Amino acid sequence: MAEPMSPGADLPEGVPIPRVIPCLLVDDEAMVKTVRFSSPRYLGDPINVINLFNRFEVDEITLLDIGATRRGDPPPFELIERLAAECWVPLAYGGGIRNIEDVRTVLSSGVEKVVLGTVAHDQPELITAAAEVYGAQAVVVSVDVRRTAAGFEVFVECGGRAVGTDPASYAQRAASFGAGEILVVSIDRDGTMEGYDLELIRTVSEAVNVPVIACGGAGERAHLPIPIREAGASAVAAGSIFVFRGPERGVLINYPEREQLEALFA
Amino acid sequence: MRHRRGEGMSVVVVNAGIGNLGAIPNMLKRLGTAARITADAGEIATADRIILPGVGAFDAAMQSLVDLGLIEVLNHKALDERVPILGVCLGMALLGAGSEEGRLPGLGWIAGRAIRFQPDDDGPPLRIPHMGWNYVRPTDSGALFAELGASPRFYFAHSYHLVCDDQADVAGMTRYGHPFVSAVHRGNISGIQFHPEKSHRFGLQVFRNFLAGLADG
Repeated sequence: MAEPMSPGADLPEGVPIPRVIPCLLVDDEAMVKTVRFSSPRYLGDPINVINLFNRFEVDEITLLDIGATRRGDPPPFELIERLAAECWVPLAYGGGIRNIEDVRTVLSSGVEKVVLGTVAHDQPELITAAAEVYGAQAVVVSVDVRRTAAGFEVFVECGGRAVGTDPASYAQRAASFGAGEILVVSIDRDGTMEGYDLELIRTVSEAVNVPVIACGGAGERAHLPIPIREAGASAVAAGSIFVFRGPERGVLINYPEREQLEALFA
Repeated sequence: MRHRRGEGMSVVVVNAGIGNLGAIPNMLKRLGTAARITADAGEIATADRIILPGVGAFDAAMQSLVDLGLIEVLNHKALDERVPILGVCLGMALLGAGSEEGRLPGLGWIAGRAIRFQPDDDGPPLRIPHMGWNYVRPTDSGALFAELGASPRFYFAHSYHLVCDDQADVAGMTRYGHPFVSAVHRGNISGIQFHPEKSHRFGLQVFRNFLAGLADG
């Protein structure tokens, strides 16, 4: 018992390999990509797109239905189940989740995590209820943020409603209710490919002790490691760079090779 | 080895009522094995391979096994028949004597208890849960990791980890802040802290090894 942990002494250093997560949007069962949370552009059939990412052995996939809450619809359970059955990497789903039954249905269809957005604000006790049954690791809270005259401000309902809170205290509150992860999204950078909002990411990652996923603004692969190196993020998510190619933004599903990722994050 | 690659073999995934079980049979299907999700003691009694998954809280999972009346059949399969059993994620913690997370005793097949990740005194603050891909360094007895090279990587999502009393039970180590036991192995009983069903080709190989009975012995 002198050196109980010695078998792992020569393991690679302390943090897991940072995750690089395609963040995919669906609206009415079609895969789309937005700019600043509006003007959704049609990309293709979600099953095909997920299958391609699957084949690329991506670290994880985040799938968000951007229309469900707005329309007052439940999550598209059937689509989620079909996607999850194809998915052999971790999958997170968000959009339209209203209660613990929705959480159960989504998680039991083969999805690892739920992403709670509007409902996390309106009924934060759902965060706690979901984490108590399924564990904190299964509950992600998304924090969608705009820069306003008042500073950083959190919005729900796909950017439609300001909640009058700054992202740091909002994320802290979500974590105290039991969220196992925070997805921080810059609405201003969404689809712009101008790079991540590092100040925003830093304010959130300094406020919480759970992993933070940075999202919004990645425009080239070199952007990916920056939130991790410079702003305390644990993982990065991106949409445009994994679905578009070239200045005309032609649709081309892509993901870096493993060696390329390792070089980027070295 | 009585069975090859799952043919004619009865593989069950024990359904303790919580969380995401469909992904495991989906993965096994890629290996040509039809696994059944079940909470039926009779069905478990005739199984050749048992997978014990788990997400969520320790007590909830143990209580569920008790309420479903599965403890006796699981003990019989594990300790008397010595059928290969694989605990996955929380299912690995259940193999031990208990957990800091709860009050109920575990299955007690592996000597040790689960504890919560401790923040490092000297390093940067450790974010908990440990979430994402990380390496597993198999030990010599890590037959579950056959054909996987020196440092295969897997998907983790957990806040607690098992601490073994007997180092001979350790089948794999991972570092998160400090090194922790990410796989255990004692005879026919194995446990893995990560999610093979979400670790694409790496996870597929672990399942392949488990079905082939490589870890049995």
